[in-house]
Amino acid sequence: MTHTDTATDTDVKTDFGTGIKTEVRAGVDAEIDDHVATDLKSDVPTDVTTGGKTDVGAGAKTDIVYAYAVLRRTPEAARAVADLRGVAGEPIRLLEFGDDAPDGTSGAAPDDAPDRPPALAAVVGPVPAADFDEASLRAGLEDLDWLEATARAHHAVVATLTGRGIAVLPLRLVTVYRDEDRVRQTLEARRDDFLPLLDRVTGHVELGVKIYAAPDNESPDPEPAKGLGVGRAYLAGRRRRKRSTEDAWQAATDTAARLRELAGTLAVDRVAFRPQSGELAGSAPGPNVSNDAYLVPEDRVGDFRTRVLAAAEGLPGVHVEVTGPWAPYSFSLPAEPVS
Amino acid sequence: MTTAAVADRPVALIDLLDRLLQGGVVITGDLVLSIADVDLVRIDLRAVIAPVAAAAVDAATQPQ
Repeated sequence: MTHTDTATDTDVKTDFGTGIKTEVRAGVDAEIDDHVATDLKSDVPTDVTTGGKTDVGAGAKTDIVYAYAVLRRTPEAARAVADLRGVAGEPIRLLEFGDDAPDGTSGAAPDDAPDRPPALAAVVGPVPAADFDEASLRAGLEDLDWLEATARAHHAVVATLTGRGIAVLPLRLVTVYRDEDRVRQTLEARRDDFLPLLDRVTGHVELGVKIYAAPDNESPDPEPAKGLGVGRAYLAGRRRRKRSTEDAWQAATDTAARLRELAGTLAVDRVAFRPQSGELAGSAPGPNVSNDAYLVPEDRVGDFRTRVLAAAEGLPGVHVEVTGPWAPYSFSLPAEPVS
Repeated sequence: MTTAAVADRPVALIDLLDRLLQGGVVITGDLVLSIADVDLVRIDLRAVIAPVAAAAVDAATQPQ
């Protein structure tokens, strides 16, 4: 059995990804120069909001608003976004909402306002409408380079915040709005969802646990018995490999069940993703039999990693990978009944 | 670039896409109605990713 955590495993795994990333970043930088550099901070013109959807892409210089995450409005959060750049290289800022100040102001409320739920903010940045209208997004989502650059840039914004210990609810990729008022309206309406979710993820991180069936193909076939002809030696080898694959699958699914139980005692929640397959799974050591995300208290991260990896130690045919810590991407949806 | 410094470890794209396309708060933005349909996105991705990544996969799975 082999196991690694991401620190070593991804050296291999991301060769493909980083190769692309370099090129893509260059492309994004070029776009920044074209579209964003001129008018970074201005609000979107209000007439855009009154038009139909088709107006959005009308002017190449019009900005729309890309939203990355929801968080509590704090001075730390404001400082953390100060130097950040987003998916279009645009400067990131906090857009306040959810302020129940009796005077109705939605602007800066006192940070120590008593007896009120904490004010919320969205992490947003202006992006060129022409690059993020529906047609562009449809095309972009089918372009792996664009998708990777956008996903990594989105993630970088989110990871910067969580890296500073700020609790966030990341938004799904390419959540864009016509203007900041639309962001406020939409998020205000969900305010009562956000507060409990933020409370739940505070002090927690997401860890991924992926379990692979890893048939032991590396041990050399025993020397073919002298008496066997080529054909029979081939068949014997093939039988051996098939058995190895089946054993590995069985071992991996058994391990997955045991690890799920163990991890459940250390985590506060779990989400199961579809097992990874297809070309993007890249240099995986074998078929992925389970792909779970756990919400883990920060102070248990080391323990979680150690115990999960240890529980699979020495099992032939099983490869376990622990990824993260991640922002709580998988736990930003309203809570579902714990299974 | 500020963001480069924060990625303290490389993240596999497929893990990131699991989270960014299936996780995250889903709020209907002004322009993302069709994109919120994750299955559509995933199907499109599968189609697109195949030719790009095939070479890398082949290289990785060939016993040396």
